[in-house]
Amino acid sequence: MAITYEPIATTTLSTATTTVTFSSISGSYTDLVYVIYNKSGATNLSLRFNSDTGSNYSSTQFYTDGSGGVAALQQTSTTRALAGVGGADSLITGNVMNYSNTTTNKTFITRGGGGGTYIDLTVSSYRSTSAITSISFQQDAASTDFQTGSTFTLYGIKAA
Amino acid sequence: MANTYEAIATVTVGSGGAATIEFTSIPATYTDLLLLTSLRGDRSGVTQAVSLIVNGSTTTYTHKYIRGDGSSVISFTGGSGWMNPGQATAASSTSNTFSNGKIYIPNYASSNNKSFSFEDVSENNGTEAYATLGVGVWSNASAITSIELGQRDYGSLKFVQYSTATLYGIKNS
Repeated sequence: MAITYEPIATTTLSTATTTVTFSSISGSYTDLVYVIYNKSGATNLSLRFNSDTGSNYSSTQFYTDGSGGVAALQQTSTTRALAGVGGADSLITGNVMNYSNTTTNKTFITRGGGGGTYIDLTVSSYRSTSAITSISFQQDAASTDFQTGSTFTLYGIKAA
Repeated sequence: MANTYEAIATVTVGSGGAATIEFTSIPATYTDLLLLTSLRGDRSGVTQAVSLIVNGSTTTYTHKYIRGDGSSVISFTGGSGWMNPGQATAASSTSNTFSNGKIYIPNYASSNNKSFSFEDVSENNGTEAYATLGVGVWSNASAITSIELGQRDYGSLKFVQYSTATLYGIKNS
C-alpha cells in the first residue's frame, strides 16, 4: 500500500521566536499540510511563501468569538496571507494544494482557533506560478513572538 | 519511509445501541490523534449533540463553534464538564443517514493544555441539516489516554447500531 502522508519537518520552540520557517521543501508531493499548536500570543497568524513580500496574497475569512454572530473578512493584494486565528492553546491546520506546480497560482485553506479566543475558516490565494519551496509563519505582522512550547509540523501528501 | 497515519482502533456499535463509544489505553507513541466518526442517535429529533470527554475528566473544557443549517449561521461558546464536537443525526432524520465528523487533537501526550478542532455534517434529505466547525481546549497537562464519545447533554440516549468511530495516530517523524 502506498504511503501517501509523510512528515516533512517538525519543530518545537525552545525559545520564543518571531518567525518559523520551513525551507527547502521538496517538490515531490502533491499537497502540503501544516499543523500548528500555538502556546499563546496574538489572534491572527500570517504566512508567506518563498519569502515573497510582494502584494501577492488574498484571503477571505469567516470567524467568530462564539458569542452568537459570525463575521467575514476579505483582504486582497496584501503582503502576507492569513494563516488562521491563534491565541492561547490554539490549533491551526492548513492545506496547500498543488503547491509545486509552475503553471497556476496557489490556493490554500486554513482552520484555526482556540477555546478561549476565536475560530475561523479561511481560504487564500498566492498569486505566483513558482513552486512553493518555503513557508514562513508569523503572528500578526511579526508583532508578537511565538512562545516556547509551540509546535509546527509540515506534512506532504502524495496523490499517487 | 515513515508511515504517518496509523489506525489505533475502530468501534462499531452493535444491535441495541450504545450510550458511549470509548477508546482506552491510547498509547503515547504518536504526535497527534485523529478521530473520524459516523454517528446516529436515538433522540426524537433530527440531531443529537455528541459529548466528548478525555481521561474520564469532567472539568476544564471550553469550546466554540460555528454552525449553519442552510439558512442561517450561529456561533456558540460552551463547555465546562465536557465538549460538544458536533451533532449526530437522530431518529427524525432521513433513515439510514449518519453524521460525518472529524476531531483532531495535536500533541495529545504533551504537558501542554490540549487543543481540539472539530468539524461535522449531518444530512436530512435537504431539510434541517447542520454543518459545524469548532475548536476547543481541555485545560489539563496530562497525556490523553482515553476518549469517550457520549450523550452527556441528555442522560439516557444511545448511538444506534452501525455508528462507527475510528481513532488514528499521526506521527510527525
